[in-house]
Amino acid sequence: MIVAIASGKGGTGKTTLSVNLAKMLAPNVQLLDCDVEAPNCHLFLEGEVHERIIVNRLVPHIDETRCNACGECARFCAFHAIAMLGTVPLVFPEMCHECGGCVKVCPVKAIKEKGQPIGVIEKRQSQGVPLVQGRLDIGVAMAPPLIRAVKACINKETTVIIDAPPGTSCPVLATVRDADFTVLVTEPTPFGLNDLALAVGMVRALGVPFGVVINRTGIGDARVHDYCRAQDIPILLEIPDDRRIAEAYSRGIAVIDAVPEMREHFLNLFNKIRQTI
Amino acid sequence: MKIAFTTSGNDLQAPLDSRFGRAPKFLIYDLDSSAFELIDNQQNLNAAQGAGIQSAETVAKSGAQAVVTGHCGPKAFRALNAAGITIYTSDAPSVAGALDLYRQGQLKKAETADVEGHW
Amino acid sequence: MKEIVVISGKGGTGKTSVTASFAVLAGKAVVADCDVDAADLYLLLMPTVKERHQFYGGNLAVVRKDDCIGCGACLAHCRFNAVIMNGRGAGEAVFTIDPLSCEGCGVCVRFCPVKAIDFPERLCGEWMVSDTRCGSMVHARLGIAAGNSGKLVSIVRREARRIAEAEGKSLIIVDGPPGIGCPVIASVTGATHVLVVTEPTVSGAHDLERVLSLTNHFKIPAWACVNKWDINSEMTEKIEEKAGQLNARIVGRIRYDRMVTMAQINERSMVETESACGEDIKRVWEKIVLQEG
Repeated sequence: MIVAIASGKGGTGKTTLSVNLAKMLAPNVQLLDCDVEAPNCHLFLEGEVHERIIVNRLVPHIDETRCNACGECARFCAFHAIAMLGTVPLVFPEMCHECGGCVKVCPVKAIKEKGQPIGVIEKRQSQGVPLVQGRLDIGVAMAPPLIRAVKACINKETTVIIDAPPGTSCPVLATVRDADFTVLVTEPTPFGLNDLALAVGMVRALGVPFGVVINRTGIGDARVHDYCRAQDIPILLEIPDDRRIAEAYSRGIAVIDAVPEMREHFLNLFNKIRQTI
Repeated sequence: MKIAFTTSGNDLQAPLDSRFGRAPKFLIYDLDSSAFELIDNQQNLNAAQGAGIQSAETVAKSGAQAVVTGHCGPKAFRALNAAGITIYTSDAPSVAGALDLYRQGQLKKAETADVEGHW
Repeated sequence: MKEIVVISGKGGTGKTSVTASFAVLAGKAVVADCDVDAADLYLLLMPTVKERHQFYGGNLAVVRKDDCIGCGACLAHCRFNAVIMNGRGAGEAVFTIDPLSCEGCGVCVRFCPVKAIDFPERLCGEWMVSDTRCGSMVHARLGIAAGNSGKLVSIVRREARRIAEAEGKSLIIVDGPPGIGCPVIASVTGATHVLVVTEPTVSGAHDLERVLSLTNHFKIPAWACVNKWDINSEMTEKIEEKAGQLNARIVGRIRYDRMVTMAQINERSMVETESACGEDIKRVWEKIVLQEG
């Protein structure tokens, strides 16, 4: 069972929820951190990295001895990653989307693909929680290939909790796609509502079953509740606005350790998700 | 020999545009005949990504062997270099002013990109 | 022309609240919301839309059902698992493309032996030019589940610049996206300055380091400011020290204030409400103006 924890708006509590669910389900769980631009799950779990895998993406490399400068690769590339100037095509790896088209269209087989590092996968074992975390290299634009590599580590035998990146664009789609259930975390504010509605549009388009968790209940107004009611979206859990939770978070302490009564709420949440699937 | 100037106008008195990739137009000046032609770069002005590369392709097709512009980013620099086109950067106010400086040998060749690339 | 981009690395640290306040304090700036994925700035600045433009980002492969012979070449060539086989038994398979997975590379279009795949431009969202109480604003809406956010960000910035030039404004204030990937790179490259708004938590500290590594990578001068600093003053000090080591200049602290949510509900920026944190933001702005000259 794969459960993705996502949200339109950042900072609503995705990581908090992911880490706490994983800790509660340990050892029958695997935690994936797919927020590869800002991976934070490890900050709330002890344990050293025991395996580090460099993730490459494939970019074209031109064999100049074979190339006949016909320019077909440059004409084909939809992403303008190859330009035909002078006598040899020029490759701009940062523009490449790894489609492999240039290799296929080259009439003289002068193009091969070579790996270019874009980030790392770090594996940790912490108090019964195996964590697989992606970490995008600085200056690399495209996160989805790394996210797909993190997801390739999924252990299908167990419950998988995935901490997704914020938003609704490519990296989130790459993360949430083929999850069995998605939890959308939000907060009861106008920003929270606006971004929740966007995220709902996304999961509906993907056809993934979902429910909402409202974090910091009490800080804003009732519009998120009204929206969920009107849209017939289940509110799976409400986490109260509690200074103890905020302080624990700021120090990297899991909520279920700092505020033990929350354990039961997270357990209820998980049971609701399991019943839905 | 032909030189490409980046500009937003239609003649030699027009301002030299400081951008290369997103320059609205290229004024291609022929030193031998003292004639010039204008190439519209509107398509690249609207291109969100890779404008520098595509502008370099446009300039290469025009037959220009040198470019005079305000600034040049890394992708455009690589592309122009590969095409064997010399890059000069200048803060001259007009195309004519930049042309004079070129004729006097006062323009400096750009050895590297001098701005970070836009995406 | 100066362009200040507000980013954060970690989401939800208060970028948009700070940006809206800056827009009000600046008065004579053009405002751009480059968080096209989850655009919230409009909720505080309540723009009146003057122009709407469709955003086409790349292309989308579409199989013409009647012409498909079911050979499966598209399936074999697609690297993005975007080709779906709708099998009705052997030899009858008709292939379709899942628009949510299609990268727009055109490989299937090229290799379809009967040319049964069209490759139209893809509508990925829209961008708008609006009036607000603090001047012109450019903002956008990325289509649901659409890609190409970096490209849309580039358009929003380009338009903001064009408007600033046309209106004779010398400042653009940009609300940036979270993270360090494609839309962030598209938001910050070539900017005059970046302001990183962070929070005093382990996550805030961790992501600040990554985002400052990015600004250093692209050689963009950075300022940093800790929002909700009093939630953990020890962490705030650590973050400020770290930011300094990474070449960022500290431009002040903003205290935790419940009025932030109330201001949001009232569609106001912090500096338009009587609040302690509004005063803090004013001081940050004054410091920035002083340094920018």
